[in-house]
Amino acid sequence: MELFKAENITKAYAHHVALKGVSIEVKEQSIFGLLGPNGAGKTSLIRIINQITGPDEGQLFFNGERLNAKHVEQIGYLPEERGLYKKMKVGEQAMYLARLKGLSQADAKKKLKYWFERFEIQAWWNKKVEELSKGMAQKVQFIVTILHEPKLLILDEPFSGFDPINTNIIKEEILKLRDAGATIIFSTHNMGSVEELCDHIALINNSEKILDGPVKQVRKDFKKNVFEIEFKGEMLMFTNALGHQFELIDHSKEDGLTTARVKLTKELQPNDLLQSVMPAVQVHSLNEVIPSMNDIFIQAVNERKNLN
Amino acid sequence: MGKIGLIIKREYLTRVKKRSFIIMTLLGPLLMGSIAIVPAWLAMQNEEVQEVIVVDESYVFIGGLQETESLKFFYKPGVSRQEAKEALLEDKYNALLYIPANILSSNAVVLEYKKNPGVSTVYQIEKGIEDKLIEYKFKKSGIEKEWLDNTKKQSQITMDTQKINQAGKGKTDKTLVSTGVGMFAGILIYIFIFLYGAQVMRGVIEEKTSRIVEVIISSVKPFQLMMGKITGVAMVGLTQFLLWVMLTFLVITAVMSAFGGSAVTPMKKGTPMEEIMGVQSQAQPSPMDEITSTAPDKLLDNLFGHISIPTILLSFIFYFIGGYLLYGAFFAAIGAAVDNEADTQQFMLPITIPLIFSFVMAQFVINNPEGPVAFWLSVIPFTSPVIMMVRLPFGVPLPELLLSMGVLIAGFVFTTWLAGKVYRVGILMYGKKPTYRELWKWLFYRG
Repeated sequence: MELFKAENITKAYAHHVALKGVSIEVKEQSIFGLLGPNGAGKTSLIRIINQITGPDEGQLFFNGERLNAKHVEQIGYLPEERGLYKKMKVGEQAMYLARLKGLSQADAKKKLKYWFERFEIQAWWNKKVEELSKGMAQKVQFIVTILHEPKLLILDEPFSGFDPINTNIIKEEILKLRDAGATIIFSTHNMGSVEELCDHIALINNSEKILDGPVKQVRKDFKKNVFEIEFKGEMLMFTNALGHQFELIDHSKEDGLTTARVKLTKELQPNDLLQSVMPAVQVHSLNEVIPSMNDIFIQAVNERKNLN
Repeated sequence: MGKIGLIIKREYLTRVKKRSFIIMTLLGPLLMGSIAIVPAWLAMQNEEVQEVIVVDESYVFIGGLQETESLKFFYKPGVSRQEAKEALLEDKYNALLYIPANILSSNAVVLEYKKNPGVSTVYQIEKGIEDKLIEYKFKKSGIEKEWLDNTKKQSQITMDTQKINQAGKGKTDKTLVSTGVGMFAGILIYIFIFLYGAQVMRGVIEEKTSRIVEVIISSVKPFQLMMGKITGVAMVGLTQFLLWVMLTFLVITAVMSAFGGSAVTPMKKGTPMEEIMGVQSQAQPSPMDEITSTAPDKLLDNLFGHISIPTILLSFIFYFIGGYLLYGAFFAAIGAAVDNEADTQQFMLPITIPLIFSFVMAQFVINNPEGPVAFWLSVIPFTSPVIMMVRLPFGVPLPELLLSMGVLIAGFVFTTWLAGKVYRVGILMYGKKPTYRELWKWLFYRG
C-alpha cells in the first residue's frame, strides 16, 4: 500500500521546465531515495509534495486522498536550505516551529523534552541559536522536523553538517522512525547512505525520471555478469587459461594474491570460469561484482547524456 | 490560536522584548520634547557680544542706532575710515560700520568685519539704520513720528476667520494650531511608515538569509507568513505609539506640577501635540499671548476650537495602520526579492517617491486645505495617510473622510495581494539580484 503517490507531475518556470511527467509511488513504512544530479528537479518535486508550490499538471495523493492543506501536519520537511532564527532561543524556537505544525502547547513541550533528553541537549534550551555550532543547530532542526510524528518525512540532504558520529546517530534515528511506522523520502548525493538506508529509489535527471525501483532490483538489473576472482599463481597462466571465452577487465596483485575482474558472456556460468582457470592457478575466492549505487548513478546519467 | 496568530505573537514578542524597543519607547517622548525645547533654549543662549565701530561721515546716526545686549556701537566722529580699520584690526572690536556722507541719496553703507557676525546681527544693524533714516526723513518733511505711530495703532483691526458649515453656524478657525497639529500628525505618519515598513523588510531578509523560510512555509502559506509579520510589526508600532502618548502625558503632568498645580487640569486631555504648541509659542508669540492670558481651563477649548481630539487620534490610528499596511506589503515584497539589505536600494525608490512627494505636498495643502489638490491627494491611497492627517485639523467633510478611508482600504488590499505574489516567489530565490522585469514576471507565476 503506498502512502504517497505523484502522477505525471509537470512544472515549468519562466525559463525552463523543472519536471516533465514525473511519477513516483512511495510505499508505506519504507525509505524512498530521490536521487539525481544538481538541478535535475528534485527540489521542485519536494516543494510540490510540501505544497510550497503547485504542479502545472499532474495529481498527488496522500494516503489515498488528493493531497490538500490539512496533510501539512502529517508531513515533516527538512529542506536542504535550512536554518533557524539566529537571535531566538533554542527552546522557544523549537516550541514555535512545533506549534506551527499543529501541536498544542503542552504536547510540544512534552515531546521536545523527550527528544532533548534523548539527544542529551537539554542544556541548550535557553541558548540562542547563534551560540550553537552548525552540527548542534542541525540536531535541533532534525528534532523539530520529526517532533510532530509525521506520517511522511521528507529529508533533503539530512547529513550535511554532521560529523561521522552524529551522522550515525541520525541514520539510526531514521531507521527507528521507519520501523515505528514512518514513511521517508530521502534525497541525497551520498550514494553510500542510499545503499544503507533506502528500500526503493527513483533517479531524476534533466526533469525526467530515468530509473525507478527497489534498490536490490536496480542493482541486480545493472549487473553485467562480471566476477572477481582471487588466486595464487602466474598471471600469464591465468590469461592463457581464460582463452577467448572470457574477457579480462583488469587485475592487481597484493601479498602474492592476484585479484582479477572477468566478464562472462551471457551463456556462461561462474562454474565455466572456474573449470577453465582451476588447472592453471590456485583459486581463493570468486564473487559476483554487484554495481554500487554510485556506479549506477553515474552510468544512468551518462547513458542519458549520450542518448541526447 | 490559529497559525497566523502564532506568527503574529512571535513577531510581536521578539520585537517588544528587544532592548532597542524599550530604549526607544523611553527616549521617544524625551527626544520629541527636546526637539521642541532645545532650539528655544539655544536661541535664548546669548551669542558673544558684537562690538561695532561706527564711522559716520553724515553725522545723522551718531548715538542713534538701537543697541541690544549682544550688539554694541562705538561712535568715532572725525576718525577716518582708514584709521578705524586699523583700530578694528588691532583692538577688541568685531566690525566696522562705515556710513558715507551721501547716505541720504545713496542708501549705501559698508560693514567690514574680522569674523562673520552672523545673519541676525547684520539684519539688526541694517534695520537700525533704516529705522533711524525713516525717522530722520519724517522729521525733515514735518511729520511727527509719534503722530504716525498713534495713527497706526488706532487703525489696527483684528480679523476673526470663521468657517461656515451647512447649518450656517460659524466656528472660530484657529489656523495656526490646525497647521501645527496637522503637520505634526502628517510627519509622524510619514516617519512611522518608514520606521515600521523597514522593520518588516529587515524581518523578511532575516528569514531569507537565515534560511528558515522554507521550514516555515512547509507549515504555513507564504501569504500567512507575510501577513503575520506585517500585522505583528503593526502592533509593535501601535504599542510604541500608545506608550509614547502615555509617557508624554506623564512627563507633561510631572513638569506642570513642578511649575505649579493649576495648569495640570487642562492637560488631562493631553497628547504629544502640546509640544507643537510649545514650538509655536516660540515662533509666533502674539496669538499665544492672547491664549495664555485667558483662564487655564479654557485654554484647550480656545486652542482646539472645532478640532476634535478623539477624531484626530482615531483617524491617526486608522491612517497609520492603513498607510503602513499599504506600504508594508511592498516593504515585505522587497525584502523577499533581495538577498541582503544592500540590494534593497534600487527597489526602495518607487516606495520612497510617493511618500516624500506627499510630505512635500503637505506644505501646499496646508495653505489651501480645501482645494482640489488637497482633495485628490487625500483620496489617492499612496498620499492620503500623510495628506489627510494634515487636512483633518482644518475640518474635513465626513463623506470625504469616508471616501478617503474606503479607497485606502481598497488600496492596501490591492497592494498586499500584489506584494504577496512577488513575496511568494522571492523568498525561495537565492543567489541573484532580480531586476524589475523579473519581479514583473513573478506576478504571473502560478501557485
